[in-house]
Parts: sequence; C-alpha cells; structure tokens
Amino acid sequence: MIDVKRRVFLKGSAAAGAVVAAAGAGLIAPQAVLAEWNEAAFRSKTVADAIKAQTGTDATEESADIKIKAPEIAENGAVVPVSVSSSIAGVTAISILAASNPSPMVASFALGESTVADVSTRIKMGKTGDVIALVQAGDKVYTAKKEVKVTIGGCGG
Amino acid sequence: MKKTVVAIAILCVVGLSSTVVAKNAADTTPAQDIETYRSYFTKKFPGVPLQEFSNGVYAIDKVSRDSWEAIEEFPPYEPFIEEGEELWNTPFANGKGYADCFKDGPAQRKNYPHWDAKRKMVVTLPLAINECREANGEKPLKWKVGAIASLLAYMGYESRGQTTNVVIPEGDADALAAYNEGKSQYFSRRGQLNFACASCHMQSSGMHVRTDILSPGLGHTTGWPVYRSKWGNLGTLHRRFGGCNKQVRAKPFKAQSKEYRNLEYFLTHMSNGIEFNGPSARK
Amino acid sequence: MAKAKSSIKLRAKEKNGVTTVKALMSHPMETGQRKNKKTGENIPEHFIQEVVGEYNGKVVITTSWSGGVSKDPYLSFSFKGGANGEMVKVSWTDNKGGSDSNEVKIKGKK
Repeated sequence: MIDVKRRVFLKGSAAAGAVVAAAGAGLIAPQAVLAEWNEAAFRSKTVADAIKAQTGTDATEESADIKIKAPEIAENGAVVPVSVSSSIAGVTAISILAASNPSPMVASFALGESTVADVSTRIKMGKTGDVIALVQAGDKVYTAKKEVKVTIGGCGG
Repeated sequence: MKKTVVAIAILCVVGLSSTVVAKNAADTTPAQDIETYRSYFTKKFPGVPLQEFSNGVYAIDKVSRDSWEAIEEFPPYEPFIEEGEELWNTPFANGKGYADCFKDGPAQRKNYPHWDAKRKMVVTLPLAINECREANGEKPLKWKVGAIASLLAYMGYESRGQTTNVVIPEGDADALAAYNEGKSQYFSRRGQLNFACASCHMQSSGMHVRTDILSPGLGHTTGWPVYRSKWGNLGTLHRRFGGCNKQVRAKPFKAQSKEYRNLEYFLTHMSNGIEFNGPSARK
Repeated sequence: MAKAKSSIKLRAKEKNGVTTVKALMSHPMETGQRKNKKTGENIPEHFIQEVVGEYNGKVVITTSWSGGVSKDPYLSFSFKGGANGEMVKVSWTDNKGGSDSNEVKIKGKK
C-alpha cells in the first residue's frame, strides 16, 4: 500500500521531470523510467500469482461495494469496455484482471488522494471468463468479479 | 469452418421466395421499393424508430448496444476525423484543394451517390474525391482504407444530420437501369453459400449467425466510413461490400466497380429519409 | 503527410466539483503473442506500460498496463477539484521507450 502511494507522490513532484530530463540526455536507459511497472504481476500466469505480486498478499475479501461494468457478451473479444468503481473509503489502487487470459493482470491504476475510485478502459479477452476487479484500500484487498462471454462471431468475428 | 456452414445453412432455409420484392427488378418503381423495404423492417422490429436504423445491429440488440455506447464515449474513429480535416485543408501541388472541387464545403454526404446523366453512371463520394485529385494532377487514393477513409470521416462528420435523399431521375431510363442493376445485385444469390445480401440482412435480420446478430439492411449506408474493431482501422462501404461477398464465398467485385456503385445507389435509396451519422464504430 | 500531432486525444470536463478525464491513445498494443500472417513469426510485444495523469502538475493517477489492453487504448479517470481553464496532462511510455504526452484545458462552469 505504502508503495503505491509513494509511487504516486514521487511521480507528481519534481522527480518526474528530473527523470525524463535524464533519459532525454542519454544518462539512463528509458527502461529505468519504467522501474515501477510491476513485471511480476503482469507476467504471472495465474490470477492468484498476479494478485500476490500486485498486493503482496493473498488474503482478499469479496466486496459488494465494487461495481464492474462490462458486457455480458463481448461483441468483440479484442475490445471489451470495462469500468470499475468502488464506494469503499480510501482506495489507493484498482486492478483489472481477465481470468482466462494467458497473463491475467491487464491493468492497474494507482490513485492519488483526490482521485475518485472510478476508472474505465478497454481490454482484450481471449475467451469467456471472469473479469476480476481488485481494490486496495488501507491494508485490505477487496475483489469482485463478473463473467464476460467471448465467442467467435459469424460475420463480425 | 464447418460449423459456420451449418449455422448459415439453417438460416438459409428461409428462402427468398417470400414476396418482399417482385421477381423482376423492373416490376416495381423505386418509390414502391422504399415503401416495401422500409415497412418490412419497421414491421419486423416494431418499436424501433426509423432514425434508429442508422445504428445497425445496435438498434435491435440491447447487449451489444451497451458495449457500443461505451465505445462511443470516446470513439476510435475520432483521430481519423482530425486527420481527414488536415487532408482536406492541405493544398495539392498546383495550389488548389478539395474545396475547389466541392464548392459548398466538406458536408457532401447528402449529394452522394447521385446519377450523372451526362456520363450515364452513378457517382459516389469516394469516386468524386479521386476524380478531384486526378483533375488536379494528384494520384488517386486507394479505395478501401487509409487517407480516403479519413477524408470521408471528416466529410461524414461535417455532414451529420443531413438526410439521405437519393434521387432516381424520372424519365431517365439509364438511371433506372442502374438502380435496377443494384437492386438485382442485392437480391441475387451468389457464392458457395448461395446467399444474397437480402438473405442475411432482410429475411434473417435479427437472427443469429453463430453469436452474431444480423443487422437490418435499412440504414446500412448511413454510418460510413466505419471503424470496425475487427479491422482495427477505418474502412469504406465498398470494403464492407467486398467483405460480405467473401463471407458467402463469392468473388467480390472491385471497390468502385459499376456493380458496387449501382448497389450503393439502390441501397442508399432504400434509406431515404434516414439521417447520415457517419463515421461510426462497429464490432 | 500532415504535421506530427499528438497520439493522445484528450477531454476533461468538470461537473459538480469532479473532473472527468477521457483519453484515447493511438498505439498498436501488441501482446507479443500475435503471429505475423506472412512470416509466421511472433510480432514482438509493443505496448504502453505506463500512463500518468496530472492535474496542475500533480499526479492524480499512475496506470500500469499490459499488452492485454486493447489496440488504440482508452482510459478514463476522475478526480475531485478542477476548474474551467485549468490544465490536465496525460502522458504514456511504452515498453520500447517510446512516449508521448498531451495537455488539455478543463471545461467547466466559468
């Protein structure tokens, strides 16, 4: 949790500018700018490993206070609109996982203090499976899921 | 593959023998055709307002409409409109530009396709764009994708709210013949699957091909150019015509061929009274 | 062709004290698992890894993505505050070191 907050803070202060400038001057490899990208979480092959790598724990709690907006049936698995919002207090991070994807972790959003726990993106889903939302608040990790059916189309697919 | 054939064959049991349109293209007038075509869909999908048919399958399917509306929040075709505007405003090598060909500006959808009595042919908007380029010493653009689609996106966006009004000039036998050719094209079976355009998009509209719901043919011409998620980019109406023909395993005609221009002439006429709303997003 | 323009299209709107930002980025978002149909070889992974949203120079969101986010990716987020004319900035960096950013003025009550 602390990690996430610090990440946001650092990026927001002068540090961000300094890092970009250094990269521009060829002092450091561009990869270094991306040091925070959670390789372990994104490369995980299972949902459990991804959650552990993202949050540092596997103790999660299902919550009815997380809303996932995603289609029942994906029109096209290449573009599945997903929104996650939560009324839980003090949310610091939201992650979106597609359980059936080879690498389930798709996106994570580290939120600043004034940021509303409500994010949207569009994801790829290889086949039918759960979209899992992971919400971190305080030292707790909450989850919710929603099944999205992905099928091969007739003319569209 | 096999599964597709079976699924489609089932759909096809509903033949074209129904009396939706007369056996010979020339037996009914264009005005009668509009009436028949439109009422076929408004009866088949009661409660769907006429203008809604410009949204394709999303007019009749709530589930896919939800995803579509989420995508329309920030549609993938938007950058193409901007690119098209830049192209419109970039002068040709001779200093002239598209505005010299299209005197009343980029909002041109209402004027196309139209019958050119002198040349005895249907002129579509993409054709007019390339003729404009060639008249000014520029190379023509590719028909189906790329710069032409971006230009059409900008022109389409500027034309939003205009109403389809394709005229088949009365007393012009050649114009009527072109229209009837387009109509025959629409109702003729072709390809290994032996499908006409109308097999899927009239008789079977609203039914499934595997998981896809077939869109109603009414309003099919209003939303172009279209960003299809399947394509991952923006394409033109004739690109889609070709795709449909391929899907029934027929050899497609060339984009802007006489066959497809006449088909566009007929099909756009069927949507007279419906507003243009392109560019748009489809699966 | 036309002059280079930002790969990010951006909108920011303030309503009832909350600013909602919507961004559409042009990017292939290759997963590394797709095959080139002609050569049969895998297309190397190429995707946006990080998207940062800033308001008045302060980071409000740091997004990490995999190649599992759709081509030409979309991001929407909201934050409390923001007033007409203030700036919102969104920038991305991909796994090959490519990057871009764009700024937009918040539209709200004057």
